[in-house]
Amino acid sequence: MNAAIMLFPGINRERDMAIALTRSFGRPPRMIWHREADLTGIDVVVIPGGFSYGDYLRCGAMAAHSPCMAAIRAHAVRGGYILGVCNGFQILTEAGLLPGALLRNANLRFIARDCCLRVERGDTVFTSHYQRGQVFRAPMAHGDGNYFADPATLDRLEGEGLVAFRYAPPVGNPNGSARDIAGILSPNLRVLGLMPHPEDLVDPLLGGEDGKPLFDSLAAA
Amino acid sequence: MTARTVDAALAREFGLAAGEYARVLAILGRTPTLAELGIFSVMWSEHCSYKSSRLWLRQLPTTAPWVIHGPGENAGVVDIGDGLAAVFKMESHNHPSFIEPYQGAATGVGGIMRDVFTMGARPIANLNALRFGDPAHPRTRHIVDGVVRGIGGYGNCVGVATVGGEVDFHPAYNGNPLVNAMTVGVARRDRIFLSAAAGVGNPVVYVGSKTGRDGIHGATMASAAFAGDSEAKRPTVQVGDPFTEKLLIEACLELMATDAIVAIQDMGAAGLTSSSVEMAGKGGVGIALDLDAVPQREAGMTAYEMMLSESQERMLMVLRPEREALARAIFAKWELDFSVIGRLTDSGRIVVRHRGRIEADIPLAPLADQAPLYRRPTAPPAPPPPLHRLPDPAGLAPALLRLLACPDLCARTWIWDQYDATVGGQTVKRPGAADAAVVRIEGHARALALTTDCTPRYCAADAAQGAAQAVAEAWRNLTAVGATPLALTDNLNFGNPERPEVMGQLVAAVTGMAAACRALDFPVVSGNVSLYNETDGRSVLPTPAIGGLGVMEDAAQAVGIALPAGHDLVLLGAATGHLGQSLWLREVAGQAAGWPPQVDLPAERRVGDFVRARIRAGGVAACHDVSDGGLLVAVAEMVLAGDVGAALLPGPDGLTPHGFWFGEEQARYVLAVGDGAALVAAALAAGVPARRLGTTGGGDLTLPDGATISLMTLRQAHERFLPDWLEQGREFQAQG
Amino acid sequence: MKATVTVMLRPGVLDPQGRAIAQALHALGFTGVAEVRAGKVIELDLDEADPTRARAQAEEMARRLLANTVIESFRVEIG
Repeated sequence: MNAAIMLFPGINRERDMAIALTRSFGRPPRMIWHREADLTGIDVVVIPGGFSYGDYLRCGAMAAHSPCMAAIRAHAVRGGYILGVCNGFQILTEAGLLPGALLRNANLRFIARDCCLRVERGDTVFTSHYQRGQVFRAPMAHGDGNYFADPATLDRLEGEGLVAFRYAPPVGNPNGSARDIAGILSPNLRVLGLMPHPEDLVDPLLGGEDGKPLFDSLAAA
Repeated sequence: MTARTVDAALAREFGLAAGEYARVLAILGRTPTLAELGIFSVMWSEHCSYKSSRLWLRQLPTTAPWVIHGPGENAGVVDIGDGLAAVFKMESHNHPSFIEPYQGAATGVGGIMRDVFTMGARPIANLNALRFGDPAHPRTRHIVDGVVRGIGGYGNCVGVATVGGEVDFHPAYNGNPLVNAMTVGVARRDRIFLSAAAGVGNPVVYVGSKTGRDGIHGATMASAAFAGDSEAKRPTVQVGDPFTEKLLIEACLELMATDAIVAIQDMGAAGLTSSSVEMAGKGGVGIALDLDAVPQREAGMTAYEMMLSESQERMLMVLRPEREALARAIFAKWELDFSVIGRLTDSGRIVVRHRGRIEADIPLAPLADQAPLYRRPTAPPAPPPPLHRLPDPAGLAPALLRLLACPDLCARTWIWDQYDATVGGQTVKRPGAADAAVVRIEGHARALALTTDCTPRYCAADAAQGAAQAVAEAWRNLTAVGATPLALTDNLNFGNPERPEVMGQLVAAVTGMAAACRALDFPVVSGNVSLYNETDGRSVLPTPAIGGLGVMEDAAQAVGIALPAGHDLVLLGAATGHLGQSLWLREVAGQAAGWPPQVDLPAERRVGDFVRARIRAGGVAACHDVSDGGLLVAVAEMVLAGDVGAALLPGPDGLTPHGFWFGEEQARYVLAVGDGAALVAAALAAGVPARRLGTTGGGDLTLPDGATISLMTLRQAHERFLPDWLEQGREFQAQG
Repeated sequence: MKATVTVMLRPGVLDPQGRAIAQALHALGFTGVAEVRAGKVIELDLDEADPTRARAQAEEMARRLLANTVIESFRVEIG
């Protein structure tokens, strides 16, 4: 698997993501500036967290409508893997590659603390190193992570098994997300978006390796 | 602004005293233009010239073998090993944060980050030292909310982890909160960029955001006391754009990897004026600016407005001419303005042209050398009210619960939860996990330890002891995680220096700091002085905030405060039961009296060096210094952090229980170790007072008088205040 | 031609900001306020001089970028 990290102006967790990918893949990912959208030879495109275009207008809106999204869309159509974390998830929903939208957190505040995620399925390329039902810890850091979709879409996501992670006790649902949804998959299970940051918990010295199985899963695919 | 006649009255409005204006006339040999008057007024403001404090700051030690650049550059630079340097500074944004808390705090964070990346360092951590008014005051809640949102809003967006800080409340800050922001960056030690311009004919380049009319005379505002009408000053507050700051960081660091830059400085207070004057002045060259080339956000700006604008996210650079195209391409990639707005000259003057006219022509040497310097009258600070002998008014358990719940000691979780502390993927100890934040350096085992400290109520009672205590506590907090303290940055916040008693506090504080810095080998490498922090004649408490930086070779050695079960608790350092100016005295006994604890610098060093050596040797499971609230509060904080109970032994004979458990003597640490008796023996052998305090385990805190408090009760007491007050809108009621 | 695009959350989408504003207004004594919805206004200065074409352009901009029609609705005013 060859991984690449997409760099939009204002992205700020690309270094964290590169560290996590390097740890699991054994080699650093390619870093691709958004104007050089050549994805040749790339298996998994990662859109990291941050504040692309300052989160102005809406989180992820400007990046989702930037020219390089054509290449990312083509990658998706080819059946390539895409991982969007935090702002990356927001960009994927704004681009229509995943359904729904991320609204302001219900408490109207930026929330930066660890949450607990329950793995809803362990048979995807992103989650094979987790067990279904396993709960793991992940730092979260966002102001707009309140997942919203209309009830029909939510029913479809649940019915088709496209919910990847849900917020779980003891921390619970910190941002008001519908049906505790923290991360969702595309129907072909090749596009994953999630709000929390597993890439920030891949080192025992930094508090644990709870996030590492996600990257190990990808590396093993 | 319509053309105003420049005269002594206008100079007065601009903040220049009569004698200062006379000096301007003598330097120029004529009446200044409006732009020139603006330039003199901001360069000679307290904020830029340090005219009241400069004389005294010379006492502070600023050198050590590991100091690369001390005060005088944009930030201090110290060698941290592995060929790396830490670049750091703290700066205030007090007045803007009172007027518009969100933007005031946000732009404070932005400004201090620019001071750091200007020198070639990637910012890796932000900290802040905040002082707010009485929680019962109607405006305090609004200010706390806005400042916390502003700090988070800016730092989170730029993607620099906010890893530490401190918050106090006191009525003296009702009309004048203190927002001191600190940034720490890391650079290669042989790739530090300075601000001294060089090379006659070299292009002077403006990069970043466009210039608007925001913040005009901000530096002067920071040098004036508030009157009740300060709300009317709102239009001068700058608005921050963290997105542009992020682009500016990346673009500057990309350019700094080349050899294009001769000199660089951010446009902070007094914007284009101070950056151009200081760069040319330090380099001993002249500078010619063409304001028509300045990227402008608004139409019809005058030279005066452009020279004084404090629009944010702008930098000024001097480039090698043959690298101009390369630099332009980098800034185009990051979609930032890039404009050659002048050249260096050999005239020794700053010459400003606009629309075909010379709007300013000032010799640089006298602008710097003849800047006012005052030896203002001082009066000795009044001694604190005497402390009378006290019975124990509450017993240990109720007193502990009351202390843990009070605004100055309650959990800061509500604040920390709004700051991204993990971005960057190197935060080893997050806020609250240890006495100092620990941030590893990417690609290295090495880590920096970072803290901010000051206890203003000590400084109000005894400015010299209080300032020494602030330095000692910062040194102690770095030590408590296992780091070697290297250097500090300071932010001296005081009232109006034209009042002799305020000047007396400042002088005493600097003297106390200097003694502590010397004794602890802990030099001052950067800093900021913020004066005129008063509203309607009421000064803030003297607040010399200290930002400390230490280094550890191996981040894995960092120790936090969380207790593990099955360990012994040991107190290192002498217990004398000192309750003067303690929080117990204020919160439980209801008086603010007595002298603050004395700082015994040789003891501080002896105990600290012993603690650090024990941590390095391994076997210390947790370590916490004893500060606000005393020993029992320190133990309770360790219990809560570890979610593990403890059972405590009685204190020594000869001390009252409340004196032993709530006294705030300095130079003390609580350690959790496997074998407490062995640690006590080793400490005593090294001349360090030591005493076993008890053992850890279970789900309760058992006090020596037999009372037990469940962890849940402790936690509820500790965590209630900020969420109740800020989220539920519950009014604060002082307990009494 | 000036176009003003007003973007609001769709009815049924929880608007915590509007709710917070309502609570704050109630706290200030404006008890007559029932519901508050918060949105945003975007002003566009268009080269287009024909109002019909200007409207069409602004609506296209709103659909493609200015509003996220999953959660937001918009209204365009010309002039």
